[in-house]
Order: sequence, then C-alpha cells, then structure tokens
Amino acid sequence: MPHSYPALSAEQKKELSDIAFRIVAPGKGILAADESVGSMAKRLSQIGVENTEENRRLYRQVLFSADDRVRKCIGGVIFFHETLYQKDDNGVLFVRTIQDKGIVVGIKVDKGVVPLAGTDGETTTQGLDGLSERCAQYKKDGADFAKWRCVLKISERTPSALAILENANVLARYASICQQNGIVPIVEPEILPDGDHDLKRCQYVTEKVLAAVYKALSDHHVYLEGTLLKPNMVTPGHACPIKYSPEEIAMATVTALRRTVPPAVPGVTFLSGGQSEEEASLNLNAINQCPLPRPWALTFSYGRALQASALNTWRGQRDNAGAATEEFIKRAEVNGLAAQGKYEGSGEDGGAAAQSLYIANHAY
Amino acid sequence: MAYQFPALTSEQKKELSEIAQCIVASGKGILAADESVGTMGSRLQRIKVENTEENRRQFREILFTVDDSISQSIGGVILFHETLYQKDSQGRLFRDILKEKGIVVGIKLDQGGAPLAGTNKETTIQGLDGLSERCAQYKKDGANFGKWRAVLKIDNQCPSHLAIQENANTLARYASICQQNGLVPIVEPEVIADGDHDMEHCQYVTEKVLAAVYKALNDHHVYLEGTLLKPNMVTAGHASTKKYTPEQVAMATVTALYRTVPAAVPGICFLSGGMSEEDATLNLNAINLCPLPKPWKLSFSYGRALQASALAAWSGRAANKKATQEAFMKRALANCQAAKGQYVHTGSSGAASTQSLFTACYTY
Repeated sequence: MPHSYPALSAEQKKELSDIAFRIVAPGKGILAADESVGSMAKRLSQIGVENTEENRRLYRQVLFSADDRVRKCIGGVIFFHETLYQKDDNGVLFVRTIQDKGIVVGIKVDKGVVPLAGTDGETTTQGLDGLSERCAQYKKDGADFAKWRCVLKISERTPSALAILENANVLARYASICQQNGIVPIVEPEILPDGDHDLKRCQYVTEKVLAAVYKALSDHHVYLEGTLLKPNMVTPGHACPIKYSPEEIAMATVTALRRTVPPAVPGVTFLSGGQSEEEASLNLNAINQCPLPRPWALTFSYGRALQASALNTWRGQRDNAGAATEEFIKRAEVNGLAAQGKYEGSGEDGGAAAQSLYIANHAY
Repeated sequence: MAYQFPALTSEQKKELSEIAQCIVASGKGILAADESVGTMGSRLQRIKVENTEENRRQFREILFTVDDSISQSIGGVILFHETLYQKDSQGRLFRDILKEKGIVVGIKLDQGGAPLAGTNKETTIQGLDGLSERCAQYKKDGANFGKWRAVLKIDNQCPSHLAIQENANTLARYASICQQNGLVPIVEPEVIADGDHDMEHCQYVTEKVLAAVYKALNDHHVYLEGTLLKPNMVTAGHASTKKYTPEQVAMATVTALYRTVPAAVPGICFLSGGMSEEDATLNLNAINLCPLPKPWKLSFSYGRALQASALAAWSGRAANKKATQEAFMKRALANCQAAKGQYVHTGSSGAASTQSLFTACYTY
C-alpha cells in the first residue's frame, strides 16, 4: 500500500461535505419517506387504505405540502424511486417542492436484503449492480444524497463475523460509488431491537459493528466528511424485561459512538426503529443533553416516528389532509428541538431533573 | 460474535481513564526519558560523555530534580527499566521524586524490533512474552502507564499490508495486557520520516495505519478511554525538497487524526521524531489552533525536542546543573503553551496572524 490514487478531487470533496453539513445543520434532521411499495402496503393496511400508486402519491403530498415551518427542522427528505418522479395535484414535482423549501432531496438506492447461506438467518443487502449509472441519473433528477440499509440482528450466535464483515463491505462499496457521482451516502448499519438482550449487549454489538463499518470505509477510500451515519440508538431488545431511562439509553448510545465514529463524520442521524413518536423524541433529546463530548451533530432520520400520527389522522380522506399535515409538522418541530437538547417533553420534568440521571460513563 | 465477556470492571475502567486524563490535563505533556542504553549512547556521544550507568543517572537526576513548578507542564515521564530503580544523590528513588511532584510515572515496555521475513526490511516489535507479569511488577514499583513503539516506514512497497496488520495487532495485544494490570497503554504507531515522500503521501499512510490500529484495539476489547495515542505528526520525509508551514503540517495532521481516532481517546501526545525543539513546539501550537473538530487533547511526548538543549548545556559537568535545568524548563513551558495554542514565538505575531494560513480541509 504505497501510494494514494485520489478517489475525489478537492471540488468533489467540497461539494459532498457542503451537502452533508446542510442536511444536519443545527436543529435539522431527516424525514425518511422512502418506504418501498411493500412497506407502504403495511402502513396503509393499518389505516384501511388500499395500496395504490395514487394513494401513495396522496399520502406523500400530505407530508410534502407542509408549510415553511419545516424549513428550520427538516434538512433532508429520503425518497423512494417512484416518489422521485411523482407530482402534486398542481402538477409540480415533489422533488421541486422539497428543494424550494431549501431541503435536500435524497433517494433510497438499496434493493433489499438477501440471505447469507450458512448463517442463522442473517442477510446482506443487494443493489450494487449498475449503481453508478443509477446514481448519475438520480443526481441529474435532483437527488444529492442516498441511503442504503443493512440489517443485523442479535441472538445467541449473531451477528456473526461474516454478517458484520459482509455488510460493512457492501456499505463501503455503496458509499464509494455514491461519492463518485456527487451523492452523499447515508450509511445505515441497523441492528434490530428484536430479542430479549439488555442494553449492555446492544452497546457491545453496536461498537463491534460500527468499528467494522469505519474500517471498511477507510479501506474503500471513502471521504468521511462527505458521509452521514444512520445507526440504531443503543436500546434493550423489545422483549427485555429491564426498563431503561432515556438518560441510560443516551449514555450507552453516545459512548458507543465516541468509541467508533471518527470526528470527521459531520452527523449521526438516528433511525427510530420500533420506537413511538414520543419515545424517539425523548431519547434524541437525552442524547443531546448527554454530558460527554460529542463532535458530530446528533439528529434524526425518522420514518414512523415522524409519520405515525399524520398517517392515523389522514386515514385516506382528503378532508383530513390539512390536519394530518399539522401532525407531521408538530413532530418535525419537536424533533428539531430534541436535536438541540431543548425538548421539554410532553409533561416530563424537563432538562434539569434529567441531567442528574446520567451515570458516569465508565460504567458503560 | 455472541456475548460480551467484560475485559475490565467499572473500577478498573475508572482508574485507567483517570490516569490518562491526569497526564494530559491543562496543557500538560510527557517527557520521554526512556532512551535505551544504546540510544543514550548516541545522545551522550554527541556531547562527548561516556555512556556509563552513572552518567545516565546523573543526567536524569538533573532533569527530575528540577523545580516543582515543572508539574504544570509535565504530566508524565516515560522511564527506561534501569531508571525506574535509580536514585538521586540523596538516595531517593527517581520514581518517588516524580510522584511527589504529581507527575505520573510510565515505563517503556517493548523489547525492540524484529524483522518481518518476506518484506522490504519491515519490522514488528517484540515484548509480549511474560508482559503481564512485568506489568504487574512495574505497577507495584510505581508505574501507572506503559509505552510501546511500533515502527512503519514509507518506501517502495512500504508500509505493506502485513506490516500494518502485524504492528496494529501487537500494539493491541500490548494495550490489552497493560489494562489488565492497571497500566494505561500509550499506543505508538510511528510512521518514520525517512524518505523523500511529500506530506500528502505521509497523510495517506498515517490514515491507513491509524484506521488499522483502532480496528485492532476494538477487536482486542481495549478500553479507549483508558489509552493515549502517540503518533507522528504528518510531515514530508526528511529528504523531501518540498517545504511546508506549521499550519499545513497542522491541517494535514488533524485531518488524518479526525478521520481515524475516536473521540473516546482522551489525549494524543505527538512524538517529535527528528524535529528541532523549536519546530516541534511551533507545529504543536499550530495543531492546537487548527480550526477542525478536535475532541481529544493534543499534546506532546517529546524526547529530543525537550532534552537537546539541556544535554548540550550539561555536557557531562555537574557545575552546569542550573543551566541544564533552565534549558529543560524552558522547553517544557513552551510546549505546555503550545498544547493550549498559546505559544508565541519571538518573531511571529501570535495566533491571529497564523489563523489565516490554514488552507481549507477538503484539499487534504
């Protein structure tokens, strides 16, 4: 390994890092509206709405017609391919509407998970074939960032060394290709909360996974200043009998990140996983109040945690659209505050009392 | 990768992290006085002093019996084995003298290089055999940190993948064993300055080496909050014809570090390599003024750059004790100021004028 063959010019690096910093500017986070057709089917069936292209268009219109209040709390929106080419009732491309609000447009580029033979039900993620050409086209069509989700799970024997290595490698290939095409890659190594493991176990696994991810990114010559990370928060498994406070979750999460994510990464945009809207906001707020030094922005990239109330209010009825949009704006503003550690909670004690609940970090 | 088997208890972690923080608190740095007998031989030969145990003892006595105010600039001293058991002329152990001044005592633990067959004269480092027992003894004898120097060179086909992997792995084994015995490991992966490569090449290599080191530390379950890093600054090779300013060295160095060193590491104490005393101070100062995120303390662990003038002033004569101590104290104070970005070199106009000399980081 003697010489470097620069992957990017200075201009390319500047463009990528400017995009990344715009998305995670103080008080801003990401709306993950990139549910695939299959995922949308689940969401819509829960509110008794048929999964047609028109209904998906109408639903995204509810979100994207939010007024200028979202300018200060939404830095980016992740689109699914179909949505990138859809228009609102007035014939205006959704991409255009979002860009006009000063929000960066992103695109989901992975093609779902596939099994890793010889493992205990583990997966890798596909989508690398022709990815460069797809990225070039998406860039022309208005996208400046992309997202790729890898999935790992905790059980007796998982995640295995193969699953960690393979997913880290595929994330690094995707990231490298994106950057070659002027697109900021959001790197998402999600560790599912399924299981009865405790907080410590999740923290341990998260540290191992993130260390592998950043080694792979270094090996693949990815420019970290032009990337974002979308990890899980460190939480107990859904079936864990022990309850933890937002402060404990915050301390475990920030500790894991401090041990693995280089300061060059501009921002960490958490996924909400199965958390409720309020839980996701309280945890993000606690993370931003955590008394450990945090050199990256710590914000949100939420799907369900931004949309659950809006979806429930809309229920497929045009008459409910306005009220539904308000629900979305409300969650967006709350998370914008949480991303600055300024969310008072809906009836909680507030910042000062919570501060004392942080346990010293050598216990993590 | 199933369960976590904790390597350290909370109490052990707390002790290690407190020692590490204490060494680099408030601009303090490290005096590397751990020259082996052979290396001391080269130093003494230059001032025409015979390399006897007594002469080595005398020189170290002069340094260690300096005024107590030294502890404002020096947080730790690395000793060679022989020196840990030497006494001053009143029969007081050096390690007790240092401890009384509030300086943490450290010990060199590696046992020199061994060739890596099949490479272009690259090496790994020996010293793992019986290391745990040696660490336990040194801890009893007053040491609280260890140091281990791995060496990589830039040359045709170097550093090779093997050299990087092997040295990262031995550093991680050493670090793990130290922590088991209550010693904070200083991790030193030196990319030596021999050669005519430019600064950009050194930056590239340094990034690859550090990424491998931190992956290895993670794999070996090393508690980062209880370690310190001792890297090279990023500079051109000695034989390079290109000249770089301290600001350029600083930007390249901090860029390399922020792309690879997790925020959990409390401090980074640079080695001085072959730099002059003044250059080592100027570069450290510029590093501390660099406008990139720097979540770790950025300090010094200097051998020659703290002792060169003192050695010359001493020249083997007891009568020169005061002049020797003044020379040493002067460099210690200068480097402490540099570690806070407050060093004013006679002839420069201070921080404000240098600020503008930093080129934007995306060109690195």
